[in-house]
Amino acid sequence: MSINKPFPLKRRQVIRGILATTAFGATTKFGTGCTPASQSQASSNTEDKPIVMGFIYVGPKDDFGYNQAHAEGKQGLAKLTWLKSVEEANVPETTAVEETMRNMIEEEGATVLFPTSFGYFDPHILKIAQEYPEVQFFHCGGLYQEGKHPKNVGSYFGYIDEAQYVAGIVAAHTSKTGKLGFIGAKPIPQVLRNINSFNLGARSVNPKITTQAIFTGDWALPVKEAEAANSMADQDIDVITCHVDSPKVVMETAERRGIFCSGYHANQAQLAPRGYLTGAEWNWVQVYSSYAEMIRAGKTLMNGGIPHLVRGGLKDGFLKMSSYGEAVSAEAKKDADAVKEKFMAGNMTIYRAGLKDNTGKIVVPSKDFTQTAIELEKMNWLAEGVIGRVAS
Amino acid sequence: MPNTYTWRGKLEAVCIPLAAILFSLLLFGVFCAAVGANPIAVYGAIYQAAFGRWQSFQNALIRAAPLMLSSLCTALPARLGLVIIGNEGAIVVGGLGAVAIALALSTNVPPLGSQVAMAVAGIVCGGVWIGIVGALRHYRGVNETISSLLMNYIAIALLNHLVGGPMRDPSSLNKPSSYPIPDVNMLGDLPGTRIHFGLIYGLIACAIAYFLIQRTTFGMAARIAGGNVRAAKLAGLPVGKLTLAICFLAGSCAGLAGMVEVAAVHGRANESLNANYGYSSILVAFIARNNPLAAILVAILLGGILTSGGILQRRLELPDATILVFQGIVFLVVLFSESLYGKLGVFQEKFDGNDRIGLVGSTASDRSGNVAG
Repeated sequence: MSINKPFPLKRRQVIRGILATTAFGATTKFGTGCTPASQSQASSNTEDKPIVMGFIYVGPKDDFGYNQAHAEGKQGLAKLTWLKSVEEANVPETTAVEETMRNMIEEEGATVLFPTSFGYFDPHILKIAQEYPEVQFFHCGGLYQEGKHPKNVGSYFGYIDEAQYVAGIVAAHTSKTGKLGFIGAKPIPQVLRNINSFNLGARSVNPKITTQAIFTGDWALPVKEAEAANSMADQDIDVITCHVDSPKVVMETAERRGIFCSGYHANQAQLAPRGYLTGAEWNWVQVYSSYAEMIRAGKTLMNGGIPHLVRGGLKDGFLKMSSYGEAVSAEAKKDADAVKEKFMAGNMTIYRAGLKDNTGKIVVPSKDFTQTAIELEKMNWLAEGVIGRVAS
Repeated sequence: MPNTYTWRGKLEAVCIPLAAILFSLLLFGVFCAAVGANPIAVYGAIYQAAFGRWQSFQNALIRAAPLMLSSLCTALPARLGLVIIGNEGAIVVGGLGAVAIALALSTNVPPLGSQVAMAVAGIVCGGVWIGIVGALRHYRGVNETISSLLMNYIAIALLNHLVGGPMRDPSSLNKPSSYPIPDVNMLGDLPGTRIHFGLIYGLIACAIAYFLIQRTTFGMAARIAGGNVRAAKLAGLPVGKLTLAICFLAGSCAGLAGMVEVAAVHGRANESLNANYGYSSILVAFIARNNPLAAILVAILLGGILTSGGILQRRLELPDATILVFQGIVFLVVLFSESLYGKLGVFQEKFDGNDRIGLVGSTASDRSGNVAG
């Protein structure tokens, strides 16, 4: 050790010091580490156990879009005192969501889970559902198949294209150029159906209107969404709507370019106070409350009390329209409200027999497709009047 | 006492990253206090969620598995003086390769054969992907950091194109995916746990990488080239071959991570392959100072930190980005702490005229990242 003289401590002393510090750190961490656990045990041991529901979102809760719509649905449950809900946002579609589901079940005592992202279903929800057969999993997107998937899995979704159809009517009344724009994430059935319904709604007012469709390629690509919105504004398109996870950028860009926009997923009126016309919004609080009431009444997926597939449109309260913006004319409001009434009454069909796609091929043959038609869930075409191509 | 002259250097390599992590915990505590949470409760929650129980520790290990493998994609070339951040791309390409071969073989071969073929395909695809970066660097002088970063975007675009087009399973309506790998060919879990075999792959790959770099002439040559390319060339070392070989190995580790993702987790290729493991693993390599064995520990630590993101949201109602803030703080503090190597007197070997070995010891702890242990 002679070479280390200028340094006053011996090697052994240094090691001892490090060990002591580690031991101290470990013990203090033990103390704090146990506190939250004991608290949760205390609360779960109380007399009347609340029903615990877990909500999982793939993105942030304040994205002005898909995830915000679900988070608002969850917030709406706060007034039910017999129910406790926990949530986690920004959970990717990997083993992370399996871990989150497990934690919610084992640590928070959740018996009902709402993993809201489409991509959570296969394999993650299916895997965890098999592990916890007493827990109910409700997945947003509607993929449940009788006999193939576990009994404790259900799915729910809304026919939001009805709201897009109404928004299309408002857009057609407002547009001066007769050109509308739709920014979609991917050419998948859900997105195509919204594009087609928006376009059909617009063409029900003015058959000469066209809808330019642009696909960005992914659910959250703010830069591409802004580029698409800008290029649409450059092409004289004067009403834009979209189907991406967060419509924020599209709405802001449209507002900056001085054109109109129509919202999606949630209410984006505050992002575009001048140009926001209306919007197709989810009303998940309605769906989640009704699930909660059914579960409270002792109904489950397993005992057949709750149907495995739950669908609904405007009539069932699954959707709502954003309140009309300043730019919407009285005539547009009248037309849109009339169609909305027809949807509420249940006698409105969007996809009528004889409908052609934009290559001229008849895609709805002899019979009308009602909203429940399975063909609509497999849509792979763009209707007449839409400019664009289904290719990824 | 043969080794006394290096222990201060080793201590420095352990203490500085540890201190950096402790300091970032402190900064994170300040952040939590600012958001309105009790920092002590936050630390407690992180500890409990990540390492408190075997159940939760398994979560940390599951998250650590892909991080370990793909961190080697940055750590190995770093010994050669290359900063490669194409981990994400190599994961994606490796996963695609593995799925392609699994679908081609289908159930015509026994499960083990299919798994080996998937692993080889993942290794080769990932290896070639980063090998391209190495080749561009060596033959065309293209900056490897930028090219590897840009290659990530190409890989992701390729993935989206293939699963949305040629490889698409028509029944995957709203989430375009490839056809699924037959269930029998999937990698299982380690007996008695829910940790998949990827963890074992990670441990083995890190051990091999350590041995290769520290205990073989090949690794020695790579480190020399990393220290000074011209000196290495003068000494007659094949720098070009070394670059290509190291880049291939680096990419193959990340490619294997991609194979594990599809073969143990997703069962098919789709956009979930691109889950940002690549970027987290760069952080792992940095904190581990490019030492493959340290990468194991750091990956578990980071896996644990990421795991605790959930409990912070559920129990403490902190925003979901909290854990990313923490990760960012750790990243920055570790980067800054790099500048401390060789500056702290405590860790410097003292030269005593009688003992020339002491001098050699002090140069060994220089800033080029050559951590002996």
